[in-house]
Amino acid sequence: MAAPVAVHLEFGQIFFWWGGVCNVNLCVWFAGDMKQLLVWIQQNLLKERPELFVQGDTVRPGILVLINDADWELMGQLDYQLEDRDNIVFISTLHGG
Amino acid sequence: MPVLCSSCSEKRAVLKRPKTGHSLCKECFFGAFEEEVHQTIVAAKLFKPGETVGVAASGGKDSTVLAHVMKLLNERHGYGLRLMLISVDEGITGYRDDSLETVKRNQQQYELPLKIVSYEELYGWTMDAIVRQVGLKNNCTFCGVFRRQALDRGAIMLKVDKICTGHNADDVAETVLMNVLRGDIARLRRCTAISTASEGDGVVPRCKPLKYAYEKEIVLYAYFKKLDYFSTECIYSPNAYRGHARTFLKDLESIRPSSIMDVIHSGENLSVREGVKMPVQGTCSRCGYISSQALCKSCVLLEGLNRGLPKLGIGKHHRLHEKILSQQPLTESEQRKLKSVDF
Repeated sequence: MAAPVAVHLEFGQIFFWWGGVCNVNLCVWFAGDMKQLLVWIQQNLLKERPELFVQGDTVRPGILVLINDADWELMGQLDYQLEDRDNIVFISTLHGG
Repeated sequence: MPVLCSSCSEKRAVLKRPKTGHSLCKECFFGAFEEEVHQTIVAAKLFKPGETVGVAASGGKDSTVLAHVMKLLNERHGYGLRLMLISVDEGITGYRDDSLETVKRNQQQYELPLKIVSYEELYGWTMDAIVRQVGLKNNCTFCGVFRRQALDRGAIMLKVDKICTGHNADDVAETVLMNVLRGDIARLRRCTAISTASEGDGVVPRCKPLKYAYEKEIVLYAYFKKLDYFSTECIYSPNAYRGHARTFLKDLESIRPSSIMDVIHSGENLSVREGVKMPVQGTCSRCGYISSQALCKSCVLLEGLNRGLPKLGIGKHHRLHEKILSQQPLTESEQRKLKSVDF
């Protein structure tokens, strides 16, 4: 098991609004990959209606994940190993425009 | 190990475009996105020099990006357009009043004139009041119908030649699916059109410059450009039928990103079999707006609200239109059917 690293999480306004997440901006110590991070988020941060954020192993389709300002699809998505000072941003596309 | 941009090969790629699968850096992404919208506008001949164009702005992601890109392309390519912002206040506390603040900020950021029209002043009903009467099942029908007319009224007040809305590729694909699911052949035939022709008095032609832009790209464009937009869901929308089409489409997109463009392509190339009965366009006998029935949808819905018969516009009650027009009283059983609302 790798040593925990400092990871900064940021959630778009809408996650807070759903009543799902109560902190839109926080720093956590974490060791593992994105898949494990999502499990952690589900267990520790999502107050209610987890299905609005996660679907199965991954985020609900329509939610974008950026790792250090780059689409996580370029970084290996769920398999990406978190590194020190990584900045993870969750943005939703699932609302009116 | 960072992926390099496939276009310039110099900078780190920040996204993988769903349309093409290319990995692009920020600058190349901005360039590609803006150029594609420009090509959409030019290929479909959406605007003519000297026109006044009203940008339908809600403060949300699509309309904010639309306002930004329209202003940018107008200057960069010399479209010669006079741009304005039109916003509709449906009277939804906690949603619309907040997003209107964003539009007002956009007005200052983009230095464009702004006109806000409200349901309250146009119809005498806010969405809050409508939902109190109608419930949460069919409320979106009211809002959509009223908004269409409200935008036209606002555009006429501002004397614009055209309206452009921020509908994106995902929206159009969802609409195609919705119309298939509901058997609405008339709408299915029209819904992929990038612009509407001028259909009569009181109706302003409108177009969708972002028709081929993926919602994901619009969100990332707004994020990377740090555009100011409002992002929450309408509090009255959870039961909207569109939600089902959206969920389905999103699942499809995650498996095969080109699905969205492919659904639009299917919609654009559908033709209707001969002999299928299509509605004929006429005008509303009461307000003169375009309508395929004796009374336009807006008048019917409003009548229902004002008479305490919330279901009047929901479902098919065309036979009753004549009765309403001639001010005949409705029978007891008709009244009972139209009153019942499931909350």
